[in-house]
Amino acid sequence: MSDGMTAGRLRAMWAQHALRERAGAVVGRGEGLFDGPGWGSKAAHALAKTWADKPGIRGFLKANDHKRTGKRFIVTAFLFFSAAGLLAALMRLQLAFPDGRIVGPDLYNQLFTMHGTTMMFIFAVPVMQAMGIYLVPLMIGTRNTAFPRMTACAYWLYLLGALTLWTGFATNTGADAGWFSYVPLAGPEYGTGKRVDIWNNLVNLTEAMGLMVAVDLATTILKMRAPGMSLRRMPVFVWATLVASIMIIFAMPSVMLAANLVQFDRTFATHFFNPAEGGDVLIWQHLFWFFGHPEVYFIFIPALGFVSTIIPTFARRPLFGHTAVVLSLIGTGFLAFGLWVHHMFATNLPELGKGFFTAMSMMIAIPTAVQIFCWIATLWTGRLHLRVPLLYVLAFFVILVLGGMTGIMVGAVPFDLQVHDTYFVVAHLHYVLLGGAVFPLFGAFFYWFPKVTGRLLDERLGRCEFWLFFVGFNVTFFPMHLLGLAGMPRRIYTYGVETGWGTLNLIATIGAVTIAVSMLLFVVNVARSRISGERAGDDPWGAPTLEWATRSPPPPFNFVALPVVASRVPLWAREADEPTHVSGLSAQTREGLVTTVLDALPDVRYSYPSPTIWPFIAAITVVLWLYWSNVTPSGMWYGLIPPAIAFIAWYWPTKKETAEQLLLQRRP
Amino acid sequence: MSTFAVEHPIEASPKRAKAIRRRREATPASVPAVRRGDALDVSDLPSYGFGTRSLMWWGTLGMSTIEGVGFALMILVYFDLKASARVWPNEAPPPDLLWGTVNMGLAFLSMIPNVLANKAADDHDLRKMKFWLVVVTLVGLALLGVRWLEFHALHVKWDSSAYGSAVWVLLGLHTFNLLTNIADFIVIAALIFKGPIDGKRFVDVAENTGYWWFIVLSWIPIYVTIYFGARF
Repeated sequence: MSDGMTAGRLRAMWAQHALRERAGAVVGRGEGLFDGPGWGSKAAHALAKTWADKPGIRGFLKANDHKRTGKRFIVTAFLFFSAAGLLAALMRLQLAFPDGRIVGPDLYNQLFTMHGTTMMFIFAVPVMQAMGIYLVPLMIGTRNTAFPRMTACAYWLYLLGALTLWTGFATNTGADAGWFSYVPLAGPEYGTGKRVDIWNNLVNLTEAMGLMVAVDLATTILKMRAPGMSLRRMPVFVWATLVASIMIIFAMPSVMLAANLVQFDRTFATHFFNPAEGGDVLIWQHLFWFFGHPEVYFIFIPALGFVSTIIPTFARRPLFGHTAVVLSLIGTGFLAFGLWVHHMFATNLPELGKGFFTAMSMMIAIPTAVQIFCWIATLWTGRLHLRVPLLYVLAFFVILVLGGMTGIMVGAVPFDLQVHDTYFVVAHLHYVLLGGAVFPLFGAFFYWFPKVTGRLLDERLGRCEFWLFFVGFNVTFFPMHLLGLAGMPRRIYTYGVETGWGTLNLIATIGAVTIAVSMLLFVVNVARSRISGERAGDDPWGAPTLEWATRSPPPPFNFVALPVVASRVPLWAREADEPTHVSGLSAQTREGLVTTVLDALPDVRYSYPSPTIWPFIAAITVVLWLYWSNVTPSGMWYGLIPPAIAFIAWYWPTKKETAEQLLLQRRP
Repeated sequence: MSTFAVEHPIEASPKRAKAIRRRREATPASVPAVRRGDALDVSDLPSYGFGTRSLMWWGTLGMSTIEGVGFALMILVYFDLKASARVWPNEAPPPDLLWGTVNMGLAFLSMIPNVLANKAADDHDLRKMKFWLVVVTLVGLALLGVRWLEFHALHVKWDSSAYGSAVWVLLGLHTFNLLTNIADFIVIAALIFKGPIDGKRFVDVAENTGYWWFIVLSWIPIYVTIYFGARF
C-alpha cells in the first residue's frame, strides 16, 4: 500500500481488477456474486445465505439483524406495558371505593413507582426507539443499522435491567420512591434496603440502552441513506427519529449522572444530597427534570413522526407543509430543553426564573400547532380512507389537544401551585402521554404490522378495540381533572368517605376496566391475525415510503438491490432520468453503502459486523458489575474486569473477518 | 444531468484534488459510483474511509458528546454546591496545584505523539504509526501515574463533605475516560503488532487519536474547576 499511487495507476488497476477478481477471491473459486434487482437471481440466493442467522439458541443470542432486535424490543416493551397496566388496574380497584382495603400503603407505594418507572423507562422510550430500529433502515433503504452489535447489546442490557427490577418487585424489594425517585426519600437515610439501589441500576441500564440506540440511529440516519435521499427528501418519521436521538444524547446523561450520584451517596457515603454536610437535594430535581422533560418529548416526537407518516398514506396525497413539519420537530427538540423547571414550581427557586419557564412552556405550543395545521390541511385536501390507523391518529388530535390545554394551565405558576401533586397533574400527564404517544403508537402498530408479519390485523376487531380504548381512556382520566381540582392528592393509597371523591373514582375505575377489555381485544387480534390474518402483500396501503418497496416480512438483507431515491415519495413519483437501484455490493459478505450526510451521494462501501455472542456476554457482565458494586464498594473496581474482557473480545476481529476485509479492500 | 455526476478528486487537477480530499465529507468518493443503465454501480468505491466518512467517527462523536454532557453537568453540580455553601471548600485546604498542573502539561505534550500517530494512520505508514502509538500510550500511562498523585493531593476524602464528594467524582469521571482510552490504545496496539491487519485498523488508530483530543480538551475545564474553584 504505497502512498504515491497516482490517479492514472489507480485507473489502470481498476481496469485490470475486474469485479470478478475482487469477489471471486473472497469465495476462493469461480465468480464473485454482486447484488442487483430480481428476487429469483443467483445473487438473491447468495444474499439470503449471507444474511441468514444461524439456527438454535446460539444463533438467537448472536443475532444482530435490526429487524430481529427491533421486534424483540417491541415485544418486550409491550409485555412490560401490560404488566404495568395491570398494576394500574390494581391501583384503580383499590381506589374505586373509599377506605379500600385491597392493598396496604407499602405495597401501594411500590405499585405506583413500578407503574411509572415501567411505563416511562421500560415501555415508552424503548418502544419508540425500537420502532426506529426496525423501521429506519427499511425507510432509508439500507441493510442494517450502523452498529448492529451495539443495538443487540443494548437490548440485552434493557431486558436484564427490566427483569431485575421486576424480580425485586416480586420479592418485596420493589422500588417505592416514585418514578422520579426524589431525594431525600431515595437517599441513604430514608430509602433503606435495596429497593432504590435496584431502581438506580435500572436507570443506568435503560439509559445506557437508550444512549447506545440513539448513537446507532443517528449515525445510521446521517450516513446510510439510499443514494439520492438528501436530507430534503428524508421521510418525516426518519427526521423525528433523528431529532429524538440527538435529544437523547443530550438529555439522558443527566439522569444517569443523577442516579449515580445518589448511588454514591448510598454506597460510598458521599454527601451530594445531604444538607448536613453541604449537599443540596434540589440538584436531584434539576438533574432529573433536565432529562425528564426532554424525555416526554423524545417519546412524543417519534409519535409525531408516526402521525406524519400515516396521514399522507390515508389521505392519498403528500404531506402538506413537509418542510414546516420538519422544522417544527427540530424546534420542539430545542424548546424541550428549556422547560424542566416547570416541574419544580413548588420549590423555592427565584420567581423571575419561573416566569421564564412559564413563557418557554407556552412557546412549545407553537411548533405543535404548526404541525396540527399541516395535518389538518393534508386531511382536508386529501381523499380519506378511514382505516384503523387513521382512527388512532384522529383520536390523537382530540386527546392531545385536551392535554395541551391543561398543559397551558399547569404551565402558569399560580395555577400549578394549586394543583401541584394532585390528580389534576395525573390527568394532564396521561392525556399528554397516552394521547400524544400511545394512541399514535397503536395506529403505527396497525399500520406497520403487515410489513412486519406479512399479514393484516383484523379491521373489525381493530375498530371495536379502538372505540373501547378511546371511550375508556376518557372515562378513566377525565374525572381525574375534577378530582384534582377537588383537592385529591396523587399517590395516596386510600381516602375517607367524607371527602366525597368516591363517585368520580368509581367512574375512573370503570373506565380503567374498559381499557383493560380493549387491550384484551388487541391481544386477541394480534394473536389471531399473526396466524390466520389476511395476506398483506408488499404494500397493502399503497404507501409512498421505501419500506413498502420490499417484501412483507422483509428478508434479512432488506432489499435485493439498494434503492436509489429521486423524490420525497419514492413509491409515488419517480424521475425518469435517475438510476433506480444500486449494484455492485458483494452478495457473499455482509456489505452495505455509506453515503454523504447532506446529499446522500455514494461514498464508501461498508462491511457490517458479523453476528457474535460478545454483545450478549458484555451485557451480562455489565449487569453483574452494577449489582456487585451495590453489594460491596470494591465491586465498583473489580467488577469492571469482566466487562473489559468482554468488550475487547467483541472488538477483536477474527482471522476470517480480517481475510475477507483484505480481499474486499480498496483504499480511500 | 444526473444527481450523481459529481466532481471527483481523480478527475480534478492535483491541487484541486487535494482540496477536495481535505473536505472529506464534501467529496463523494475517491472513486465515484458509476451509472450503468438503471443501476448505480458502487463496486469500485473504497472499502473504508477516514474522518466523517467513517461510521465509527460518528459513533465516537456521539459517545464523546454524551461524556461531555456528563462532564458539563458534573461541573454545574460542583458550582451549585459551591453557591449554596457558606464556606468552600468546607474545612479543607484547596488541592495542591503541582500534580494537576503537571498533568495539564503532560496532556498538552501528549498531543504531539497523538497527532503524529494520527498522521501516520492517515498516510497508512505502518512503521511510523506503530512507533507513535507506543509513544502516546506511554505518555498516557504517565498521565495515569500522575493522576494517582493528584487524588492524594486533594486533601479531602469523598465522604467528608459535599465538596469532597464533588471533587472526587469530577476527577474520577475524567480518570475513567482516560483509563478507557489508554486501554483502547493498548488493545489496538496489540492487534497491530500481532497482525495481519486490514485498512480499517488505520481508521481505528485515527479515531482513537481523535478521542484523545476529547480527553485532553475536557481536562481544561475540569482542571480549572477542581483547582481554582476551591481558590476563588
